[in-house]
Amino acid sequence: MLNIKNLHVKLEEEDKQILKGVNLSLEPGKVHAIMGPNGSGKSTLSYVLSGKGGYEVTEGAAQLEGVDILDMEAEERAAAGLFLAFQYPVEIPGVGNMTFLRTAVNAQRKLRSEEEMSAGEFLKVVRAKAKDLKIDAEMLKRSVNVGFSGGEKKRNEILQMAMLEPKMCILDETDSGLDVDAMKLVSQGVNALRDENRTFLVITHYQRLLDHIKPDVVHIMANGRIIKTGGPELALEVEQNGYADLLEEIA
Amino acid sequence: MAAPSQQKVNTRALCDAPLIESSGVWSKEARMMASARAQASGLPQRRDEYWKYTRPDAFVHADVTLQASQRSSLGLFDQRATISVAFEDGQIQAAALPSAAHCTLESLSSASGLDLHWARDIYGHLEAAGQKPVQRSLAAVNTAVAREGLLVNVTGAVAAPIHIQATSSGQSDSTIHHVIKVAPGAEVTVIETGQYGARSNIVLEVDVADGGRFQHIRVQDGNERHMLTHIFGKIGAEAVFKTFTLTAGGQLTRNECVLQLLGDDASVSVAGACLGDGDFHHDDTVFITHDAVNCESRQVFKKVLRNGAVGVFQGKILVKAGAQKTDGYQISQSLLLDDDSQFLAKPELEIYADDVACSHGSTSGAIDVQALFYLRSRGVPEAKAIDLLTLSFVAEAIEEIEDSDLAQDILDHLTNTMSAQ
Ligand SMILES: Nc1ncnc2c1ncn2[C@@H]1O[C@H](COP(=O)(O)OP(=O)(O)OP(=O)(O)O)[C@@H](O)[C@H]1O
Ligand SMILES: [Mg+2]
Repeated sequence: MLNIKNLHVKLEEEDKQILKGVNLSLEPGKVHAIMGPNGSGKSTLSYVLSGKGGYEVTEGAAQLEGVDILDMEAEERAAAGLFLAFQYPVEIPGVGNMTFLRTAVNAQRKLRSEEEMSAGEFLKVVRAKAKDLKIDAEMLKRSVNVGFSGGEKKRNEILQMAMLEPKMCILDETDSGLDVDAMKLVSQGVNALRDENRTFLVITHYQRLLDHIKPDVVHIMANGRIIKTGGPELALEVEQNGYADLLEEIA
Repeated sequence: MAAPSQQKVNTRALCDAPLIESSGVWSKEARMMASARAQASGLPQRRDEYWKYTRPDAFVHADVTLQASQRSSLGLFDQRATISVAFEDGQIQAAALPSAAHCTLESLSSASGLDLHWARDIYGHLEAAGQKPVQRSLAAVNTAVAREGLLVNVTGAVAAPIHIQATSSGQSDSTIHHVIKVAPGAEVTVIETGQYGARSNIVLEVDVADGGRFQHIRVQDGNERHMLTHIFGKIGAEAVFKTFTLTAGGQLTRNECVLQLLGDDASVSVAGACLGDGDFHHDDTVFITHDAVNCESRQVFKKVLRNGAVGVFQGKILVKAGAQKTDGYQISQSLLLDDDSQFLAKPELEIYADDVACSHGSTSGAIDVQALFYLRSRGVPEAKAIDLLTLSFVAEAIEEIEDSDLAQDILDHLTNTMSAQ
C-alpha cells in the first residue's frame, strides 16, 4: 500500500535534518503502529507524507500503491486515498463543519472523476456516521473544530475519515486527550473501517490505544529513523521499560 | 483627461439653475442652503486630512469618461418577495411607484416640485448635521443638485423589503438622494443593488424615530465605475439601525456613514465586506456619535484584497459627555491575498464620558497556512480552499445582517462571485 524508502527530510527554512532515512513498508489490510520519544519525527513523517509545505525531501521516496506521491499536491494525495488524522486538528472559524465535509467529499470525488454525492445522500450518510461517534447535530453545524473540546476534535477527525473512506489512514496521536469512553468510540470507528484493502499507520505513545486497535506490526522511531520493528509485544515492552534500553541497543 | 478648472467645477457642480427654477418651496430652500454649504466649504482637496487615503479628484472632475457595464448582482434577491423600484441611468422607471401597506413611496423628482412635503424636515437636514466636525461637501452638492431619489415614509411594519435595483449603461453621471422616515415603532428593510451610473454620488438620509427599526442591505457591483455614497442617520431612543454593504467590483468606491445616536438604548451596526481584485480602491469612512445613554454601536469591516487592490477604513466613535454606558465596538480587517495589495486603516475613539466600554481593532493578514493545509489535506483544491477561507473571513460582517434569509442570499452570491473569478 505505502512504501517509504530511505526518506530524508529537512526543514526548508533552516538547516535541520529531521528524518534521516526512514524505511517502511505497509501492506494492505494491516495496522502498523509507530511509537517513539517526543521529537523523534513521527508527526513530521505524517506531514511530509500528506503534503504539508515547509519541508524538503533531500533523499528517498514514498509510493502509494506504486505511485510516487512526494511530488503531488496535498489534495491530489487525499484524492489518491491518503488521510491524516491530525495530532492538532485546525480550527477554521466561519466554515461550517457540514459545508467542510461535503466540500471535501465532493472535491475528492471530482478529482477522481466520480459523480458528486447528492445533498440528500450526504446528509443521510453523515448523520449515521456522526451518530456512531456520538457527534450531535449541533456539533455538525458549528464551525470546523471551533470551540470543540480536545476529544471532540479527535472524534471529528475520525468522522472525516469515515466520510472520506481513504485507503491509507495515518492517525497521529488520535488517542491524546480522549477520555476512556471516547477512546472506545474512536477505536470502534477505526475498527469498523478495517478491511483487507485499507491500511492504518497509528502513531501513539500508549499501549492503551493498541488494546483497542490491535496492531499487526509495531515500529519504534528515534532520532529520525525507525530503529526497531516487531510485533504487538514491542509496544508492551515500551510500556513497561520506556525507550532507554532500545536506544542503548542502537547506540 | 486634463483636470478641469476649479471655476468650471464650481459652476457646474454646486448649482443647477433650471432645477432650482422648477423646485417647489421646500426643496428650493433645501437646495439653496446646501449649495451655500458646499460653496462655503469648497470641494475636497487632495491635501484634506479626511481624503488622505482616497483621492477626491475622480469625484470632482467635471467629465466622466467611464463606461458602466453589466451588473453581476442581477437576479440577487429575485426569489424573495420584495417591493421593487428600478432606477435606470439615474431615472426611476415606471410612472407609478408600487404601493405597500404601512409605507408610501414617492420619487424625489415629483415631490420636489411641490411646495410642502414631509421630506422637508429631513432632506438636507441630516446631511447638514453631518457636516460637523468634518466637512462632506460632496454630500452638500448632492442635496443641491440631486434630481432623483426615493422618498419613503414608513408608518408601520412593512412586510417585505423595498428593493432598489439600479442599472446604468454608458457614461452616465448620477446624483441620487433618498430619504427614509421611520415613524415611532415602525420597521422597514431597504435593499439597494447595482450601480446608478458610471459615476454616482448617492445620499441616503434616514430618520429612525423612537422604537423604529431600519435595516439596509446594499450590494455594489460593476467594473469601470466610480461611486461615492453617504448615509446620514438620526436614531431615536430604543431604535435599531443596521446597514451592511457588499462591494464586489467597481474601480473606486467610497462609502461614508454618519450616524447620530440621539435617544437612549438605541443600537446601530455598520458593516461591510468587499472583494477587491486589481484596479480596485475601496474606502469605508464611518463616523458614529453617541449622544445618549446606554446605546450600542458596532462597526465590522472585512476587506479581501488581491492583485494590487487597495482597502481603506476610517472609522470614528465619538462619545459625547453624558453618553454613559456606551458600548462601542469597531473592527476592521483585511485579508491580503498577495504582497501587492494594501490596507490602510485609521480607527479613532474620542470619549468624553467616563462609564463607557469601547473596543477597536484593526488587522491585516494573509491566508492562514495551517488552515489552508488542513483543507487541502482533505482533498479540497487550493483555489477552493482559499475561497472557503475567504468566506470564513468575511463571515463576521455578514453575521451583522439581521434577516437570516437575506444573509444567506448574500453568502450564496459571494460564493458564486468567487467561483466565477
Ligand atoms: N517547522 C519546524 N520548525 C522547527 N522545528 C521543527 C519543525 N517541525 C518539526 N521540528 C522539529 O523536528 C523534530 C521532530 O518533530 P515532530 O513533531 O515530528 O516529533 P514527534 O515525534 O511527532 O514528537 P511528539 O511525540 O512530541 O509529537 C522536533 O525536534 C521538532 O522540534
Ligand atoms: Mg507528534
